[in-house]
Amino acid sequence: MELIGPIAESLASHRQRLGPLLALASGELIAELESSGLLGRGGAGFPVGRKWRTVAQRSSGHAVVLANGAEGEPLSHKDRSLMAARPHLVIDGALLAARTVGADDIIFYIGMEHRAADAAMRHALAERPADVRGRARILTAPPGYVSGEESAAVHFVNAGDARPTTTPPRPFDRGVGGRPTLVQNVESLALAALIARRGRDWYVDRGRRGGVGLTTVSGAVNHPGVHEIAYGSTLGDLAAAAGGLRGDSQAVLLGGYFGGWAEVDAQWGLPMDPGSMRARGLAIGCGVVHFLAPDSCGVEATARIVAYLASQSARQCGPCVFGLSAIAAATQRLATRSPHAGDLDRIVRWTGQLAGRGACHHPDGAVVLLRSAMQQFADDFTEHQRRRCLTVSSPRRVAVA
Amino acid sequence: MGEILEVDRIRCDGHGICAELLPELISLDDWGYPIVKKGPVPDHLVELARRAVDDCPVLALQLSLQNRDRSR
Repeated sequence: MELIGPIAESLASHRQRLGPLLALASGELIAELESSGLLGRGGAGFPVGRKWRTVAQRSSGHAVVLANGAEGEPLSHKDRSLMAARPHLVIDGALLAARTVGADDIIFYIGMEHRAADAAMRHALAERPADVRGRARILTAPPGYVSGEESAAVHFVNAGDARPTTTPPRPFDRGVGGRPTLVQNVESLALAALIARRGRDWYVDRGRRGGVGLTTVSGAVNHPGVHEIAYGSTLGDLAAAAGGLRGDSQAVLLGGYFGGWAEVDAQWGLPMDPGSMRARGLAIGCGVVHFLAPDSCGVEATARIVAYLASQSARQCGPCVFGLSAIAAATQRLATRSPHAGDLDRIVRWTGQLAGRGACHHPDGAVVLLRSAMQQFADDFTEHQRRRCLTVSSPRRVAVA
Repeated sequence: MGEILEVDRIRCDGHGICAELLPELISLDDWGYPIVKKGPVPDHLVELARRAVDDCPVLALQLSLQNRDRSR
C-alpha cells in the first residue's frame, strides 16, 4: 500500500521505502504532473499540474502552500488515514510544491477531530531538518463542512474565521497574507510526490486508466474503511475489497455529499477513474463510496444529507441560509411522508434557482446531490408526496443463498 | 465581450431595489434575494443596470467585464 498503512511511517523507513526526492526543474515537474493527468483529490477534481503552473506564474518566490487536510466530509476518512500513516509523503509533496511554485511558507491545515493524523504530522515534521521546520507550520482547522473550502481555509489563516469569502480574488491570485497561494488537498500532494520520484508513466500505467487513489467505502458492506484502488478497478472490485455487500443494496452514493446517487446493478462494472465516471455523468469527488442499505429509503437518506448540508451553511448568503434550509425542511417532510401540498414541485423549483447563488459552491453541491436523488429515486419521491414509501411498503427482500 | 451583472452574495441583504429597477434582468426568489439572468447586459439596459448598481444600499451589485479568468 502506497498511501495507507497500520502505523505512522518514520522518516527512516519512508526514505528506505521510497528513496530520495530528486530535485527536478520546476517547469519539468509541472509538465510531468500535467501529462500524468493527476486531478485534485479534494472533491472538485481540478488538474494539479495546471494549478501549480498558475501559482508559479504569479509567485516571484513568495507564494504560500496550504496543504489541505481539513476533511470535513462526514463519510470521508481517507485524508486523515493518509496523514496518520504516511505523514512524510504528505510533507514531501508540500516541500515539492513549495520548491516548484516558488513558495517560502508551508501550512498544514488539519481537521481538529483528526487526532491521529495531527499527532503523526507533528511528529514527522519534528523529524525534519531545521530549514524545513522553519518554513512549515501546522494549523488546526475548526470542525465543519465548509472549513476546508479553499477560500475558507485562506480566510482562517488570515483572520481566524473559517468561512468562505467572495471571489475573486481567488487564492492563487491573492491568498494567505495577500500572496499567491496554492491550496491543495493532502492526497493530491502525496501523489505528486510519488509521481516526482517515479515519473508520469508509473502513475498512468499503474491503474491502466490513469492513476491510483484513496476511497472511503461505507454503508452496506462487510468491512467499511479506506481502500487504495487503481482507477481501472470497478465498483464491483471495490465492494469486494470492502468484504462484499451486506444484502441487496440498490443504490450507491458516489463522490460524497456533493456527489450523486447511482444504481448499483447498472454501475457494477463502472471503472472508478475520473474519465469513465464523467462519461456516465458521475464523479469520483473526494472518493466516497456509500452503499445504501437494502431496507433504507433513498428519500430518507437524501433528506438526512440535505438537512446536514443546510446545517453546515456558513450562514453568510441569503440563498443558502433561506433557500437551502427551506429545501431541507421540505425534503424532510417528504421523507417522513407528511408533506405539504406541492412540496415536491417546490423542491424542484427551489433547487433550480439555487445553483451559483452563493459565495462558495456549498449550495451548488446540494443541488447536484438532490438532482441525482430525484432521478435515482424518482418513483419514491412521487410516492412520498402521496404519503407512501416504496421501501417500507414492499415486502422485505430475502437473501437467497 | 460585454458587461455582466454580478452579486456579492455575502453583502446582499435582499433589499430588492435592483429587481424593482431592472425586472428585465433581475427577479427575486421566495425570500427576496436576486436571481440574475445569465449573459451580458443588453446595450439598451446598460444605463438602468448602472443605476441598479449605484442604488444598491449595501453595494452588493456590480457590473464587470465578462471574460474574467474563470480557470478555477
